[in-house]
Amino acid sequence: MPAPLIKFYQTGTFTIGNRLLDEEALSVQADELRPNVLTSGHRACQGCGEALGARYALDAAMRAAGDQIIVANATGCLEVFSTPYPESSWRVAWMHSLFGNAAAVATGIAAAMKVKGRPNVRVIAQGGDGGTTDIGLGCLSGMFERNDDVLYICYDNEAYMNTGVQRSSATPPAARTATTPAVGSQPGNSFGHGKSIPLIAMAHRIPYAATASVADLRDLEYKINKAMRIHGARYVHVHVPCPLGWGADPRDTVRVARLAIETGLFPLFEAEFGNITDKTSIRHLKPVEEYLRLQKRFAHLFHSGADQQWIIAIQEIANRNIREFGLLAEVSHA
Amino acid sequence: MHKPFAITLEVGSSLDNHTGSWRTERPVYRDFLPPCNHACPAGEDIQGWLYYAEAGEYEKAWRKLVENNPLSAIMGRACYHPCETACNRGQLDKAVNIHAVERFLGDLAIERNLQFEPPATKSGKHVLVVGSGPSGLSSAYHLARLGHQVTIYEAESKPGGMMRYGIPQYRLPRAILDAEIQRIENMGVTIELNKKVDNLASTMAEGRFDAAFLAVGAHLAKRAYIPAGDASKILDALDLLHGVETGEPVQLGRRVIVYGGGNTALDLARTAKRLGATEALVVYRRTREKMPAHESELQEALEEGIKIKWLSTIKASGKSHILIEKMRLDESGFPQPTGEFESIKADCVVLALGQDVDLSFLDRTAGIEVVDGVVKVDSQMMTGHPGIFAGGDMVPAERTVTTAVGHGKKAARCVDAFLRGTSYVAAPKNPVADFNRLNTWYYSDAPQVVQSTLDRARRESTFAEVVHGLDEKSALFEARRCLSCGNCFECDNCYGVCPDNAVIKLGAGKRFEFNYEYCKGCGLCAAECPCGAIDMIPEPS
Ligand SMILES: Cc1cc2nc3c(=O)[nH]c(=O)nc-3n(C[C@H](O)[C@H](O)[C@H](O)COP(=O)(O)OP(=O)(O)OC[C@H]3O[C@@H](n4cnc5c(N)ncnc54)[C@H](O)[C@@H]3O)c2cc1C
Ligand SMILES: Cc1ncc(C[n+]2csc(CCOP(=O)(O)OP(=O)(O)O)c2C)c(N)n1
Ligand code: SF4
Ligand SMILES: [Mg+2]
Repeated sequence: MPAPLIKFYQTGTFTIGNRLLDEEALSVQADELRPNVLTSGHRACQGCGEALGARYALDAAMRAAGDQIIVANATGCLEVFSTPYPESSWRVAWMHSLFGNAAAVATGIAAAMKVKGRPNVRVIAQGGDGGTTDIGLGCLSGMFERNDDVLYICYDNEAYMNTGVQRSSATPPAARTATTPAVGSQPGNSFGHGKSIPLIAMAHRIPYAATASVADLRDLEYKINKAMRIHGARYVHVHVPCPLGWGADPRDTVRVARLAIETGLFPLFEAEFGNITDKTSIRHLKPVEEYLRLQKRFAHLFHSGADQQWIIAIQEIANRNIREFGLLAEVSHA
Repeated sequence: MHKPFAITLEVGSSLDNHTGSWRTERPVYRDFLPPCNHACPAGEDIQGWLYYAEAGEYEKAWRKLVENNPLSAIMGRACYHPCETACNRGQLDKAVNIHAVERFLGDLAIERNLQFEPPATKSGKHVLVVGSGPSGLSSAYHLARLGHQVTIYEAESKPGGMMRYGIPQYRLPRAILDAEIQRIENMGVTIELNKKVDNLASTMAEGRFDAAFLAVGAHLAKRAYIPAGDASKILDALDLLHGVETGEPVQLGRRVIVYGGGNTALDLARTAKRLGATEALVVYRRTREKMPAHESELQEALEEGIKIKWLSTIKASGKSHILIEKMRLDESGFPQPTGEFESIKADCVVLALGQDVDLSFLDRTAGIEVVDGVVKVDSQMMTGHPGIFAGGDMVPAERTVTTAVGHGKKAARCVDAFLRGTSYVAAPKNPVADFNRLNTWYYSDAPQVVQSTLDRARRESTFAEVVHGLDEKSALFEARRCLSCGNCFECDNCYGVCPDNAVIKLGAGKRFEFNYEYCKGCGLCAAECPCGAIDMIPEPS
């Protein structure tokens, strides 16, 4: 695992903090005086992974940049639940772009800061998977290709949640959404579609691209921190379960995200200039079934008489990830 | 303020939006009873003292420990640690080596010459304790802490009971025993040695005691009828152990047979080896599974070359041989004779068949009831005679040092209540934190620290301590293996995983608080709490 391991034989690196850790070893989220960039009173659903992921990521970015950041936010749940007129939950310079142009707006802000001679001000663009993988991909690809000095953070909840759970190109195969109902011979989202923005980002050979998850805070903070120390185009893709859209219990948000990692369905890795430099090994390997069963969007796979091949096919995706990213390599995880 | 076009409302913070009103369930912090604490016969708050040990605050840890048990260094050696059998970590990898940390703390307290706080108040009452075994010492300590004057009458010339005259030195060095007893005396407890109580009623009257706690143990050896030739040598295990302790010459011969299957039998066999016996053979009538001796002690004995003859009884004993009969277990697990005999060379036979209580000193005390050879006590540890309490081996219970200490503690509280004209009511216990409460994903893998032992040659020739203590580094490591079952250890998980910033971190040692103005009741904090210290309860209407 890339984040430095804390050899501490109680909960090691795995909890958010610990009363016995030195201050330097504490995560930003363990700090009583953490920035709380996304503050209380927002209207995200109970247990929203996106709200959690956004605070994790932006708090780390604030720390890394000495509080000097400006954020451009694509349309989506994160924007809507945080900023119903005239209230805002943001405690950061924050701007709502359109659904598809957050990367371009951020590029403009970065250019403006350059012109104004404010190199200490760092620019972040953020959006959901819809705003990133679908409608925003053109602007994002341009931002990568020009190597603009922006960190783009995608909060991937695997569908268009804000408008009522429609499929996106990040929706996993077999998942039920409002537009991929669980009927017919191939129920739910079809196989063979979808795209991986982290791999697309790598194909642009940008200085830094990484995946992260709300189930591994220290790894997430480490990656945001690292991204903030680099200039040029950077991309971090954060996996954020959506209890509403996935039909999972709000209390299981972190559990579900953790299972996505431990099954191999969501590999955690980082890449520099197009080459993978590190990955997180799976600590306790789990079959995909454990992950799928917690979510109603996959419930049809478990109905009596359901065709077993879909679960097998999903397991094969996990197996392929494990093979390709080397997720089972022996790493001693103190 | 001038507002831009089409803007009519003042910009505000979402803090105005009290999302707490969405809640149907709310999280609450709770403290559960860790299974180790639950299993401890002395009622130690094990998780509580490990909490300080984890932080390297060893003196605080020791002080927390001795709130319930004054004999930390002794316990860490002699206790059979039911806490470790109950420890939730046992279901994860291996139980926390609690007794090793307890011993480390006890030894450190001796090394640093730590003393007990003197009692804050004086009650003016005087309590007699009969017997200075673990039960008597524990009651004296707790009574003294409650402000009572305590005098122990002890028949022997040295205090400690079976901890001195039973448990051999290679398991419990006497310097340790002496230091922990001395510390109790330093707190103002008087121990009068060579003072056997022959008639309790008159002792009570003469000393004008307000109450008494009896803890005379069980010292009368049980006998078995073995037809024996004139020249055969049949000895008693406790007499021998007593003799070894007081330095009397003990003549066992080269081939020693020990009859019995308890810890005393094993201790005697191991002692015989150390005294020069070339062979020590334990004869036991049942199987290994049925043996009352503790598994770890059996292991240690086998390592030292002790042989065991299972399913055997001694039929006769002669000058140089004994005759044993093979047994078999019937359906109900009882040994039955088979009619098969075997003759075994033996220089002496030592009986270790258990002990009875010597109750003669109670003959003239009215109301004391004896059932099955032990003294009956009520829920207040009081005998049928008002003001006379009893505990340890002389009352019906498991006969261990730790149970004896637990009785002493409880009796002290009951005596104290009695002296104030009330009864002792124990504080209600929290529910037990069972394994299912934990989110064990968060705990790192950490193999149990194993204590090293003395090399075999020295184990067979000296009474030096067999099991070594832990150094500071290993003790700290081991303490940190504690999962803190059911009690917050401030890992910050709840504070971190709340998507609504509705957990307030109060700072080191002060734990956390929920901000119900904003908590939506999602339950993430409860699900991700490693130690299960958060419960979701229905929102009060
Ligand atoms: C060989 C052996 C090994 C053991 N090993 C272990 C072990 O490893 N772990 C464990 O937990 N338990 C062990 N036990 C059991 C344990 O020692 C006892 O359960 C425990 O000591 C009982 O404590 P007690 O205070 O009730 O009595 P004792 O320890 O027996 O103390 C009673 C005291 O009262 C004194 N006394 C008796 N009558 C009178 C009187 N009339 N007037 C004044 N004083 C009197 C005695 O001299 C003695 O000092 C062992 C026992 C034996 C025999
Ligand atoms: C150009 C345009 N088309 C459609 C919409 C409607 N719209 C708002 S948010 C959203 C989906 C957002 O999905 P995603 O980016 O995945 O974010 P999420 O809500 O899931 O966090 C859509 C379709 C819009 N605002 N603009
Ligand atoms: S719909 Fe999903 S992403 Fe949107 S606020 Fe609710 S939980 Fe969060
Ligand atoms: Mg989405």
